[in-house]
Amino acid sequence: MRLLPAVRVQEVDFSVTDEYRQLAQDDSDGAVVTFVGKVRDFNDGAAVTDLTLEHYPGMTEAVLEQIVVEARSRWPLNKVTVIHRVGTMALGEQIVFIGVTSAHRKAAFAACEFLIDFLKTKAPFWKLEAGEQGKSWVEAKDADEQAAKMWQHKD
Amino acid sequence: MINVLFFAQVRELLGTAKLSLEASAQTQTAEALRATLAATDDKWAKVLTSDKLLVAVNQTISQWDTPVNDGDEVAFFPPVTGG
Repeated sequence: MRLLPAVRVQEVDFSVTDEYRQLAQDDSDGAVVTFVGKVRDFNDGAAVTDLTLEHYPGMTEAVLEQIVVEARSRWPLNKVTVIHRVGTMALGEQIVFIGVTSAHRKAAFAACEFLIDFLKTKAPFWKLEAGEQGKSWVEAKDADEQAAKMWQHKD
Repeated sequence: MINVLFFAQVRELLGTAKLSLEASAQTQTAEALRATLAATDDKWAKVLTSDKLLVAVNQTISQWDTPVNDGDEVAFFPPVTGG
């Protein structure tokens, strides 16, 4: 199997099956935790028909790499994969994939949640939603900021 | 030259994705550069003085007092909403 980089920003969709297969190769890992974020039909009470993701090429990859380094410094991880799509995605499509392996489940669960919480508040991506009322930029949520801040008190 | 980039609503509202300008006494920090660009007209003033505006100097999120030097890349954008 082709070895892909741990961090990928791409327009094309990803296959959870393929990503799982790549993550789950090592017999020393007792735990594989994956997260998939999808385009949801409603946001803040308004119907959504599609979503366009914009990013800052270069900085985005660098920030994602830094977040992976940070996760590895906190938990004993083996494999880590972070994929984020950009461009326009229809309702129900996959946006983001996080996959983490470790000897034990607690580290894998915690690292996976940490990675998505930090990605949401630190990586330069922006969502433009299209709905019945036209297009609008998604506002950053305080809840996401709070979720990321929680990790600063868990050292 | 300083390379300036704009993303998301900031890019859309300004109608500009990037520009470059000569490094000068008016561009020595991220804040000075913001003030210089905001002086363009009322529209630029409104967009660039938003208290939610973020700045990255050389692809790293930065404080407003961060120095800006000739050859640097400075990006202005709103809070991020990926994931």
